[in-house]
Amino acid sequence: MLTIKNLRVAIEGKEILKGINLEIKAGEVHAIMGPNGSGKSTLGNVLAGKEEYEILDGEIWYEGEDLLELSAEDRARKGLFLGFQYPVEIPGVPMVNFIKTSVNEHRKFKGLEPLTAGEFLKLMREKKELVHLDSQLTNRSVNEGFSGGEKKKNEIFQMAMLEPKLAILDETDSGLDIDALRIVSDGVNALKHPERSTIVITHYQRLLEYIVPDCVHVLYQGKIVKSAGKELALELEEKGYDWLKTHSL
Amino acid sequence: MEEQDKILQEVTSQEYKFGFVSDFESDSIPKGLNEDVIRTISAKKNEPEFMLQFRLDAYRKWLKMPIPDWAYLKIPPIDFQDIIYYSAPKKKPQYESLDEVDPDLIETFNKLGIPLEEQKVLAGVAVDAVIDSVSVKTTFKETLAEKGVIFCSFSEAVKEHPDLVKKYLGMSVPTSDNFFAALNSAVFSDGSFCYIPKGVRCPMELSTYFRINAAGTGQFERTLIVAEDDSYVSYLEGCTAPMRDENQLHAAVVEIIAMDRAEVKYSTVQNWYPGNKEGKGGVYNFVTKRGICRGESSKISWTQVETGSAITWKYPSVIMMGDNSVGEFNSVAVTNNHQQADTGTKMIHIGKNTKSTIVSKGISAGLSDNSYRGLVKVLPGAVNSRNFSQCDSLLLGSTCGAHTFPYIEVGNKSSIVEHEATTSKIGEDQIFYCNQRGISTEDAIGMIVNGYAKEVLNKLPMEFAVEAQKLLAISLEGSVG
Repeated sequence: MLTIKNLRVAIEGKEILKGINLEIKAGEVHAIMGPNGSGKSTLGNVLAGKEEYEILDGEIWYEGEDLLELSAEDRARKGLFLGFQYPVEIPGVPMVNFIKTSVNEHRKFKGLEPLTAGEFLKLMREKKELVHLDSQLTNRSVNEGFSGGEKKKNEIFQMAMLEPKLAILDETDSGLDIDALRIVSDGVNALKHPERSTIVITHYQRLLEYIVPDCVHVLYQGKIVKSAGKELALELEEKGYDWLKTHSL
Repeated sequence: MEEQDKILQEVTSQEYKFGFVSDFESDSIPKGLNEDVIRTISAKKNEPEFMLQFRLDAYRKWLKMPIPDWAYLKIPPIDFQDIIYYSAPKKKPQYESLDEVDPDLIETFNKLGIPLEEQKVLAGVAVDAVIDSVSVKTTFKETLAEKGVIFCSFSEAVKEHPDLVKKYLGMSVPTSDNFFAALNSAVFSDGSFCYIPKGVRCPMELSTYFRINAAGTGQFERTLIVAEDDSYVSYLEGCTAPMRDENQLHAAVVEIIAMDRAEVKYSTVQNWYPGNKEGKGGVYNFVTKRGICRGESSKISWTQVETGSAITWKYPSVIMMGDNSVGEFNSVAVTNNHQQADTGTKMIHIGKNTKSTIVSKGISAGLSDNSYRGLVKVLPGAVNSRNFSQCDSLLLGSTCGAHTFPYIEVGNKSSIVEHEATTSKIGEDQIFYCNQRGISTEDAIGMIVNGYAKEVLNKLPMEFAVEAQKLLAISLEGSVG
């Protein structure tokens, strides 16, 4: 599904990712953990095709294609989804129009006809229930005036609508109370599929109690310093990131 | 070829049927402006004496007026003696086929859905049909006639309804109003006249299509709309300019008069050639639009979507004379590249309990400057009047400018005037968010801008709203990223 080889990335001349290697197979859930500033969000943004980053070296292969050759929108249309840490507000654009445009762009890319109004509404109703999204919310402008929790639920709702092959969830747990965390996690788990992979970027082990990873990677100062099974998350929680410093040197 | 001739024949005779083709199509007079030129124009149009006097009076006032310099615009010097004030010259085609035309222009035409034949005319490709400044396209004239609605070219109105023209011409915009209105009054070539009799609800949206196409010819259109007691009319004006390389002066005047309980809705979509990306060429658009609510409880609303022209100088205004009358101004103005727009409105409250609303949405991109300039004036006698103004600016990129110049004068204590203003910017983060959901940058900008301007677009008649949405997106192409 995804192969990252020796990825080195800089922003404004400063090297953030210093040689990342990662292999994710279909159906797997990988967690990427690490302290603030270790490059977790950079990795997510680079995968999604945000432009402000400079790729110094390395390769990214997604479904047999050179991901770095694709525009951000084509990556999305080919099934790569980024759940944003800070979803932006788009005033004046109703959420329902936004997601409809998005769904139909995905369908157009696959050579499918746009959904009819009826089909679309049915799909939307289904997916909203999945994440317990307030039904009024989709009539409001994209993320405008949404609470922190609503914004995160809205990300998972969009993911459910788009059914991506590779979902990258960037700190989806931050700012969520325990109930919201459960709802969001349930949503993610409900979308689990043998053909669908997930990268969960998080600070805390807490989320991984709900979304159980096949593999945990620790990103520290731009490098993956440790990879292991789900028990690594617990070990980190217990010993803290300082424990890694001695490990990585 | 025969087939084409046949079609052209049909089209031409159709225009004749509506009576809108002038009988001086191939005429032209030399460049420059003096009293003789004005007499010649009036004579060529067989105008009655009062029209000649109206023109001469305007011309004499114009001579004493300075060109206005208070707008936030850099206006290149205009040589008023270098303009042909009356002509319908046979246009020399610039190109033999569409293949020779700038592909960018053709792409824009295609996006707007302009038919191929019309594209040729617009782009200056050789065709036999000439759309000139004197022709006005209208439809369903018979239906209108049944209701007693008069909708015809200004020239025809002068001939057929001289009393009405004499009574109302200059009532909203007197010849001395401003430099460009005076110039228009002196030399206007043609335009539209619309009269809605008492108690008549005009059964259809009235539309005119102005196209500038004769290079070096100033365009001076004159529109006069009169709505008698208890009548209603919705009027649409839309225009495109094909000219690519020569600055063109356009100084139109639109006058509206609404009597007791009459309502007039005037909608404009303006997308004249804005000049190229380097700021070369483009239309200079100096327009005076004003309506008078003369009758009690009358209503005049202006809705405009301005995306074109190199320079826009335009303030559609409402004078609320009648008690309980209402004025509205809804505007979306887009500037990109080197475009400059200074646009807004004047709301003059004279009658009691008068009410006005202003919604202005400016969108600037590229190296453009976009200004809102609005006056809200409440006279001492206009007790219990209300105004609400909302002026928003949206910036794309960091090299454009948005400016707001509100003027508020309130002459009594019982009136309430509110003004709200915001400035925001389309962020790269918003674009990326859309990209990440599979939406291209162009579509994203279109979506965001249309969302921003929705409040105004919703005021447009359906057929215009769709065109306006496309236009907004096209006007801003390539402005981010």
